[in-house]
Amino acid sequence: MPERKKRMITTTINGEEITFLCEPRQTLLEVLRDELGLTGSKEGCGNGNCGACNVLLDGVLVNACLVLAPEVEGRELVTIEGIAPGGELTLLQQKFLEHAALQCGICTPGFIVAAKALLDENPSPTEHDVRLWLAGNLCRCTGYDKIVRAVLDTAAALQAAQTTPTEVA
Amino acid sequence: MRAVDYVPVRSVEEAVAVLAEHGDRAAPLAGGTDLIAQLKEGHRSIDLIVDVKPIPELMELSYDPAAGLWIGGAVPCHRISRSQVVRRHYPALLDSTTLIGGIQIQGRASLGGNVCNASPAADSVPNLIAHSATCHVAGPQGTRTIPLEAFFVGPGQTVLRPGEFLVGFRLPVPPAHFGAAYLRFIPRNEMDIAVVGAGASVVLSPDGQTVQAARIALGAVAPTPLYVPEAGQALVGQPVTEESIARAAQIARDAARPITDMRGTVAQRKHLAGVLTARALRIAIDRARGTKTVDSLGRLNGHA
Amino acid sequence: MMGANPKLDPIRGEGSGNGSRPQPSYKVIGTRPIRPDGVDKVTGRALYGADVRFPDLLHGKVLRSPHARARIRSIDTSQAEALPGVKAVVTGADLPTAEDRFEDLGEGGINLRYLSENVLAHGRVLYHGHPVAAVAAVSPHIAEEALSLIQVDYEVLPPVMTLEEAMAEDAPILLEELRTDEMGERGNRPTNVAAHFRYELGNVEEGFAQADLVVEREFRTQTVHQGYIEPQMATALYDQDGQITIWTSTQGSFSVRSQVAEILQIPVSRIRVVPMEIGGGFGGKITVYLEPVAVLLSRKAGYRPVKLVMSRAEVLMATGPTSGSRIRMKMGATRDGRIVAAEAELVYEAGAFPGSPVGSGAVVLLAPYNIPNVRIDGYDVVVNRPRASAYRAPGGTNAAFASESVVDELARKLGLDPLEFRLKNGAKEGDRMANGLPHPKIGYLETVEAIRNSEHYNAPLEGRGRGRGRGVASGYWGNWGGKSSATAVLNADGTVTLNEASTDIGGTRASIAMQFAESLGIPYEKVKIRVVDTDCVSYNDVTGGSRTTFGTGLAAYELGQKMKAAMIQRLADIWGVSPEEVVYEEMVFSAGENRVTFDEAAKLIERRSTPVMVEAEVYGKKYGPAFSTQCVDVEVDVETGKVTILRYTIAQDAGKAIHPAYVEGQMQGGVAQGVGWALNEEYVYDREGHLLNASLLDYRMPTALDLPMIETLIVEVPNPGHPYGVRGVGEVNIVPPAAALANAIYDAIGVRMTELPMNPARLLEAILAKQAQESTQPA
Repeated sequence: MPERKKRMITTTINGEEITFLCEPRQTLLEVLRDELGLTGSKEGCGNGNCGACNVLLDGVLVNACLVLAPEVEGRELVTIEGIAPGGELTLLQQKFLEHAALQCGICTPGFIVAAKALLDENPSPTEHDVRLWLAGNLCRCTGYDKIVRAVLDTAAALQAAQTTPTEVA
Repeated sequence: MRAVDYVPVRSVEEAVAVLAEHGDRAAPLAGGTDLIAQLKEGHRSIDLIVDVKPIPELMELSYDPAAGLWIGGAVPCHRISRSQVVRRHYPALLDSTTLIGGIQIQGRASLGGNVCNASPAADSVPNLIAHSATCHVAGPQGTRTIPLEAFFVGPGQTVLRPGEFLVGFRLPVPPAHFGAAYLRFIPRNEMDIAVVGAGASVVLSPDGQTVQAARIALGAVAPTPLYVPEAGQALVGQPVTEESIARAAQIARDAARPITDMRGTVAQRKHLAGVLTARALRIAIDRARGTKTVDSLGRLNGHA
Repeated sequence: MMGANPKLDPIRGEGSGNGSRPQPSYKVIGTRPIRPDGVDKVTGRALYGADVRFPDLLHGKVLRSPHARARIRSIDTSQAEALPGVKAVVTGADLPTAEDRFEDLGEGGINLRYLSENVLAHGRVLYHGHPVAAVAAVSPHIAEEALSLIQVDYEVLPPVMTLEEAMAEDAPILLEELRTDEMGERGNRPTNVAAHFRYELGNVEEGFAQADLVVEREFRTQTVHQGYIEPQMATALYDQDGQITIWTSTQGSFSVRSQVAEILQIPVSRIRVVPMEIGGGFGGKITVYLEPVAVLLSRKAGYRPVKLVMSRAEVLMATGPTSGSRIRMKMGATRDGRIVAAEAELVYEAGAFPGSPVGSGAVVLLAPYNIPNVRIDGYDVVVNRPRASAYRAPGGTNAAFASESVVDELARKLGLDPLEFRLKNGAKEGDRMANGLPHPKIGYLETVEAIRNSEHYNAPLEGRGRGRGRGVASGYWGNWGGKSSATAVLNADGTVTLNEASTDIGGTRASIAMQFAESLGIPYEKVKIRVVDTDCVSYNDVTGGSRTTFGTGLAAYELGQKMKAAMIQRLADIWGVSPEEVVYEEMVFSAGENRVTFDEAAKLIERRSTPVMVEAEVYGKKYGPAFSTQCVDVEVDVETGKVTILRYTIAQDAGKAIHPAYVEGQMQGGVAQGVGWALNEEYVYDREGHLLNASLLDYRMPTALDLPMIETLIVEVPNPGHPYGVRGVGEVNIVPPAAALANAIYDAIGVRMTELPMNPARLLEAILAKQAQESTQPA
């Protein structure tokens, strides 16, 4: 019979060392939302088909609903709450607002984290690159047009400005 | 999810010991994109999750000019897609690693997990078979190697015995003038389980005109991934022409024995088995030659 | 993105194809400011229903029927109640008997007794996933474990899953008490046909006799879901003093309050509904599912807050999708291209309880056309599927798939361009629809012209007819006005707080604030707009039916006018002049030598006069219908049946686009949903009535890789019933895509698809059949 005792996990979330208690059967998404109050990551499907729960785990884009909480021991996480360090909106977030790239907004955190991961790796994506990368993030409101434009516009603006690392999305 | 325990293990020996002790009440965890989903949905019931990611061999991705490529069972797809050695020596593997489940799934999902989950539609398997991959397994009785095409017994079932687990894959060094490709058919453009998958590899003569060797494997058309040696055999010694491609495709199509389920029908799958085999062969041939064939509407190898 | 841009500027018209005329110039309306809730939404700070947290929160889970149809012999919850960590268990027995009467929810209505039965089953289960019991526990995992301890004894019955099965002579009867509403008369035989109605104009037999060409086809569509990314949830606290608070993501907080009051037989005054941010609705978040259960559990668990969140599987299994349907469409036209007669039979799945949108489907069917002889029969049929809920222009997509495909076929056979054919027969103000009602001022022809003049329609398509094709289709939606209530408070710093109750699904905070700002003559940035709960304003209809920008915008307009008048009255008082002497222009109030800016006036009033707060309650009856015409280019891979969308353009009459970016967003979003409905989405059931694809893996909605950019052409034929000419924009856009795609596929490969979805399996089958047929014909 499996132990039901909770275990202590220490991890870094958005630059801060955090310790929490969890059962092994709790996913990272559940712990973020229900234990740590980081409700920016959303649950849309629970099985890796919608991207609403996207976080960066050691810099890699993953679905938090398919990571078990104990797996993040000693790891580094970035959630939507940590995308704007110091609270200043990144260019990517500003472009989403300017382009009206959100309607209900439930998918937006996932898209922003995913788009940040794309631009970190590929600062000059084509429209196809953007659509392929974002294929794992479902949006039901926008038809993706304005989201893709916002990401491409961000990439273009970053390239044009040749900004310093701290301003990168 | 039912209550479950979790233990990370740090060596192959430790993993074998724990898995042997718990039998089918324990399962190894790599990327978790299949296992965790199955546990949440109640499709699988275990008491202990054994996290094998801390084991060095499981996460190793390395190339040796004599032995070939080693892919640890837990190496996530995204690492394989970005690996310089893979891109240089085994570029066709990216046909699978860049399309399994979307970029987020690729951040975690491993080829070991894809293989051991043993779905007949697994996107890595026809590709790995085309590359003549062998599985390296460790268990209470020691280690053994198994050609990938012989690894599967039925839907969700492999030849792994109690206490055994997959340590990784070895892919031989491709000969000169080798080219491979994997194609799948899905109703959308990403995120779907393959309706049919086709992996093909060829070795051409130095002038690129004759086939010296070929391997063709299909996914989602049988209870297990299907290696079709007779389709590859039919190409050996043949000139590279549409006729020989069509003949191989027909053999592959005839070998396919799919079912009708909510993802596809028998007729559709058999038809697609032929179409995808031909298309995968054309791409493999192009890659072996270093050419790019584009049709009148600007599409690469007629692949819409 | 701001400023003049010919590609983005709307196409203005007067209605009924009379060309354009200069429009009033607005300061705020027509610009693209940042939405007020935007920063919270791009940082993850915005709180949606599932983000609610309380220190003593309990988690609820629902036990659902594994059978499509069964009688419940008994339910034993004792083992579940005994599990440590479980605080309450409820079943249908905990619900009072609801009244046997029909309640209009705002986008369709339902019999309250059926609504209650859909919340928790009473003695019978009618679809796979029908709620049977619910548990509240200290963790969601324990609640889940408790479900498996509830023993339900079912007598499983053979399910009725299709329209044909339901209407057969010997069909099992799903609801023993159901009698057909036969054109207003109550039938006397047990039946699965809940209603039959008929619309009739002129004489169809004579009409068809005049026709030179008649086309008749039968079409089928499958059950599809709204697909909002946020699953339903509800949190409720039943306080010791009898006050109930519900936090939920809903399209209508007042509708939730009414439904919960009726189901639980509790006065509305004891219920406060707090609308959280909502992650998509499209009509599907109006009917309550979890709210009454949360309230019951909260009380039984010792007055603790209880949160229930659906999984995706539950959303698909047990919230309302929209109807699958069978439509027979027959149209006749003269050689010179006039449609003289149309006859149709629409049969729609209601799901487990009556109430499919077959009625609105019947109106949408022929609304774009002026046809003198029409007969439409509509049938509402119950089957063992979840009860249909509103989905963006409910019933319309099904209908237009049929009618716009037949219109296309008629045009082709007559050798006429499909847009010219539509212009020739297009409806104008005063023309009668099938239900007898005349069109008010409309902009249908303008949308057709917009496509006809578009870059897309005039661009050559290489490979056309050889795997590539182009199709067009039109659509109509009547829209709605409804009731809105709002208040506005003048702040001393010259800003205004606007309190309104229309939950913001798509950016309506911005368009409502913009209309208020325009009305009062102040900048948008000075308006602070909040969506408030049901204790704060009077009744407010749902955010749905494409009513919000129109109806709540109307309230905002009135608030602006009232605040202006109130400020003038206060200043007149302070200055000792009559209100008529006070002039307000360009944000300055003046009367003789007295002169203050708006900001100064606000400060002055606060110091020396009565505070200013104004309210508006509106019942918007002069809403304007909307039309859309769309054009799509496709490529069909004839070896696999896969359809790729190469280019898509949508023209839509918005009346007046308050915030063009959000109007464009509605247009693009509706197109995307229409594309999914047309090409891949469907519910798949096995023979026992189990839903096989209750997951986003196999319920296939379009991803970013499945769509191109969607070009938008905003047409503006102002609605005379609104001070700024607003027409609802949310829904009409989903009506044409299925037909546009079917027409494009026909253009590409000469195959006429009459069943949705037009997925690769079906297309491949049709392609291979056509190839086989051609190969047996003489050369």
